[in-house]
Amino acid sequence: MEKFLSFDDIRKSLENRETDCKAIVNYYLNNIQTKAHLNAFVEVYKDSALEQAAKVDEKRASGKAGKLAGMVIGIKDVLVYKDHEANASSKILKGFISQFTASAVQRLIDEDAIIIGRLNCDEFGMGSSNENSVHGKVLNAADESRVPGGSSGGSAVAVQANLCTVSLGTDTGGSVRQPAAFTGLVGIKPTYSRVSRWGLIAYASSFDTIGVFSRNVKDNALVLETMAGSDNYDSTVSKKPVPNYSELLHFDKRAKVAYLKETLESSALQQEIKENTIAVLEKLKQEGHEVEEVNFPLMKYGLPTYYILTTAEASSNLSRFDGVKFGYRSPNAHNLESMYKKTRSEGFGEEVKRRIMLGTFVLSASYYDAYFTKAQKVRRLIKEFTENLLTKYDYIIMPTTPSTAFKFGEHSNDPVAMYLEDLFTVQASVSGVPAISLPNGRDKKGLPIGIQVVANSFKEAELYAFANYLMGLNVN
Amino acid sequence: MKIDLNTVKKIAHLARLEFDEEGAEKMKKDMTQILDWEEQLNEIDTEGVEPITTMSSEENVLREDVVGEHLTHEKALLNAPQRDSDYFRVPKVLE
Repeated sequence: MEKFLSFDDIRKSLENRETDCKAIVNYYLNNIQTKAHLNAFVEVYKDSALEQAAKVDEKRASGKAGKLAGMVIGIKDVLVYKDHEANASSKILKGFISQFTASAVQRLIDEDAIIIGRLNCDEFGMGSSNENSVHGKVLNAADESRVPGGSSGGSAVAVQANLCTVSLGTDTGGSVRQPAAFTGLVGIKPTYSRVSRWGLIAYASSFDTIGVFSRNVKDNALVLETMAGSDNYDSTVSKKPVPNYSELLHFDKRAKVAYLKETLESSALQQEIKENTIAVLEKLKQEGHEVEEVNFPLMKYGLPTYYILTTAEASSNLSRFDGVKFGYRSPNAHNLESMYKKTRSEGFGEEVKRRIMLGTFVLSASYYDAYFTKAQKVRRLIKEFTENLLTKYDYIIMPTTPSTAFKFGEHSNDPVAMYLEDLFTVQASVSGVPAISLPNGRDKKGLPIGIQVVANSFKEAELYAFANYLMGLNVN
Repeated sequence: MKIDLNTVKKIAHLARLEFDEEGAEKMKKDMTQILDWEEQLNEIDTEGVEPITTMSSEENVLREDVVGEHLTHEKALLNAPQRDSDYFRVPKVLE
């Protein structure tokens, strides 16, 4: 029988002395072994997790345990953890051992969460299917012939298959929300700058966020409130105070909700997803909320804007991987320049190289204004539109993805077809606003469907409360 | 934007990457396809719009200039593919 399906379960079992942290860790370790073929974990920290568990059990005995005592967390392979390896699922970081711990992860440890291992993902977070990984593909536990989504595919499957209580992913254009939708989980992308990025291996710095996968809204809120807030190691992180989201989940307002005509009328949208989204909107109307259709003519420009800017930022961020100070170095070089070129050409996978090339192109002197500056201007238009809309409405609701989980190899030969996976998730990333994906029933094949709720910047408390309310309506 | 092999070669050098003939052909095709798709943005009138250059709302983040903890030589060199006493070792710069 499945156990420990929520942190409340765990807390109760601990309070009733039915279990201890060591037993909880062993329970998950056993699950990880049984489900090893899913390939969610890249590395399991058996020894350090059991060590941490023993320490937390001691602290519990003396009544000094932190608020996450008993919570077992897996982290995406782009977040660093002191004295542990991190690869960003790339050959180029083979053997890299971190000298420090990401601030977000450290804050969870400080509250006595236990880190059980690192999780598979697309290389440097670049992908929507977890097929671009040096560690191999991850299987969706709902149907093992299908992808779990990406880039945080391992983080999604780890919670889906009950290999840990919650997991951390990162979301640059949908990399938490899309896999959450494909695996039937709750997945949040917080406001840009809400959580420190120190210790997150950078992909696109003006988009990257650290997000959370969980089975319910409360666990998700609890983890985010613990990670969020100012940090001396990240000068872009917001200093705004962080409310205790998990204690603010009660919702009794009349909400003003917008839905975007262009999302529901998109030709790419799967029929069952459309029906389930409409069912939620109808239910909200019945419950007395204000639900209105809004036009968002710029919607189709979100993805090209996102790809111009993120490839540019990636080409710059990934220049640090040169074979000099850490990671892989090609043995085939004869001088310094060939060491750079051979190391990078042998170390990076195909999608990463494609994005570095595109980024270098849009930043090159002759094309900078036509592509990069143009995209920065369109980004402002999309951001202003979204923020304005969210001053008139409390929430925007839309499907998380155009389709449910697809088969392995289905989009492999067409990069643009793969990019379209993020059609509905990039708006929040381009605008910097928070968005959450919630389970919204299943399609005819039994595959999970996600629904996305977007709120204005730093309105995570309102977003979680409404998300919790929506989950309680149990529409689909 | 039609990308030719010469451009692929030039950009690859800037990015410190190299491709064999087949890889360069594929990159040429992919870049052309993706850039054509990205050029949709030209349909939007952005006259007078200021390009956005930062997404953080924090301004002038300053702190006291105090001595902090730093990596020791030994630790900093721990991940080096090749080292030589206190230095990172790289191949010859000039031949």
